[in-house]
Amino acid sequence: MPTIEVRDLTRRFGEATAVDAVSFDVAPGEIFGFLGPNGAGKSTTINMLCTLLKPTSGTGSINGFDIADQQDDVRRSIGLIFQDPTLDERLTGWQNLQFHGLLYNVPQKVFERRATELLDMVELTEKVHRGVKTFSGGMKRRLEIVMGLLHHPKVLFLDEPTIGLDPQTRLRIWEYVTKVRDAEGLTVFLTTHYMDEAEVCDRIGIIDQGRIVACDSPDALKTGVGGDIVTLKTADDAAALAALTSGGFNAKSTGAGLELETERGDEAIPHLVRLLDAADDCRVKSASVQRPTLDDVFVRLTGREIREQEASDLDAMRSMHAHHGGGR
Amino acid sequence: MTRDDLARTLRGAYTVWYRDVLSLVRDKARLGSSLFMSVIFLVGIGFGLGGVIGKVGATSGVGAGTAGVPYVQFVFPAMLVMTALFAAMQSTLSIVWDREFGFMRKILVAPISRTSVALGKVAGGVTVATIQVAIMMLAMPLIGFGFHPLTYLWMLLLVILFSAVMTALGILIAARQKSTQAFQMINMFVMMPITLLTLGSFLPSFGKGVLATVFKAVSQINPASYAVDALRQISLGSRLPLAMSIHSAIIDSLILLVLFVVFAAPGVLLFNKQD
Repeated sequence: MPTIEVRDLTRRFGEATAVDAVSFDVAPGEIFGFLGPNGAGKSTTINMLCTLLKPTSGTGSINGFDIADQQDDVRRSIGLIFQDPTLDERLTGWQNLQFHGLLYNVPQKVFERRATELLDMVELTEKVHRGVKTFSGGMKRRLEIVMGLLHHPKVLFLDEPTIGLDPQTRLRIWEYVTKVRDAEGLTVFLTTHYMDEAEVCDRIGIIDQGRIVACDSPDALKTGVGGDIVTLKTADDAAALAALTSGGFNAKSTGAGLELETERGDEAIPHLVRLLDAADDCRVKSASVQRPTLDDVFVRLTGREIREQEASDLDAMRSMHAHHGGGR
Repeated sequence: MTRDDLARTLRGAYTVWYRDVLSLVRDKARLGSSLFMSVIFLVGIGFGLGGVIGKVGATSGVGAGTAGVPYVQFVFPAMLVMTALFAAMQSTLSIVWDREFGFMRKILVAPISRTSVALGKVAGGVTVATIQVAIMMLAMPLIGFGFHPLTYLWMLLLVILFSAVMTALGILIAARQKSTQAFQMINMFVMMPITLLTLGSFLPSFGKGVLATVFKAVSQINPASYAVDALRQISLGSRLPLAMSIHSAIIDSLILLVLFVVFAAPGVLLFNKQD
């Protein structure tokens, strides 16, 4: 049985349809990502799955519980890490954790063991008794991860979990999440507009204007777009081009070298090198493979790019917002 | 509602309450500024204005026969109410803040009922207000109220009731507000008049004329005026000139109780409504 099961989930706000008949399954222990630009319907979907928003139509279940009829059971089954911090800045890190433990009715003994273990993992043990006000953005996010996992959820929801964080912190956060997934069979559902973050997922649903336009593993999605691009530099490009063409490869000259598209670029290179070595004066000086990126996949499917510029403007606003929040 | 449900609702409310109180205790700036405001009130208005007004009720015709009450004692109950009013407003503002900064989402996706959240918020607002008022009441023996523990207890109970009314009203307003701006707009139209009307009860008399009549009439819809009225009667007892009280303390309390239900019931219902 899938851990998350969604059928024709739809949400309208007045005239606008934010999420339009979305269906998908997420298997136990899977990391599933929603990739799409801002306003594509990612957060609306997460809000419906977390019981914050009622679906207009369609159904969804989490851990076997219906998101409309068994909300309390759904809530007990999930952990959340939102894009905005959910910490009380006036309290210490530990007090925030205690509050979370109370909210989820975690028994004191279990709480202490779990909190200690998770704090150790995210390396916050020494700083957790300080006021959250003094925490850096990365520390806050790590504390949120501890909270999201504190009550042993079956599913962890991450809504743009690493927005506004530096690449190193982002990487570390993914280490933690995959570690817990491997250890406890946690199912992870995330939304993101970062391509590199989507690469971590076992499967990705690409969502645009409220609809899922493609849903598969990152590799399969990229393969669907086209083959790898192999770039070669040789001692004599013109001669090499002739040799490749007669060898059955559809190569073209880019001026700076030769380029050809093939299914598995990494496996094609040895063949190409052997072929060119056999020909005269065509010794291969360098070879490189470029796989299609998820960017390419997105452009191919929607005809648009996920506009990073727009996203980073929003990030900047967000961090300003958070800054003001710190002063309340 | 089963016994189990009730226990869970109360546990949830306790959790929300616990965080509010913990936050207050740690928020030294807020505690400090509220104490500072009390001192300013007491010294500036109580003694400053009191020096000009002198005794209340001694010379005016209506209070004839009583010795009159020092102005600082007359105005002190109004100051307590004002303190409770501000504390309750602050607490409900925190709901909107929490929502704006994501903290409320965390509470709303937790396995506790919305009713728990609303009840916990009321309890939190009441506790914070009562603590601030209780600290202020420590000054009472110093300004000539004597030391009457039972009187103080009655006063505190009344403050609890009044701050419950105001927190419930705040929750009713905040329940569906998405942004701080919208809340502050509505708050202006509700809380500003209440504050101004309550300031009116700092005066021993509104004088005569049309404006005074209007002001008196409007005061009837101000929950704070009932709280001030009752607190004055409890704290001053027979020293309060008869004509200066509106209802008996019992009636005042009953009116406040009714207001609480009138505000709290739709507040909790609205809070339970899911988008």
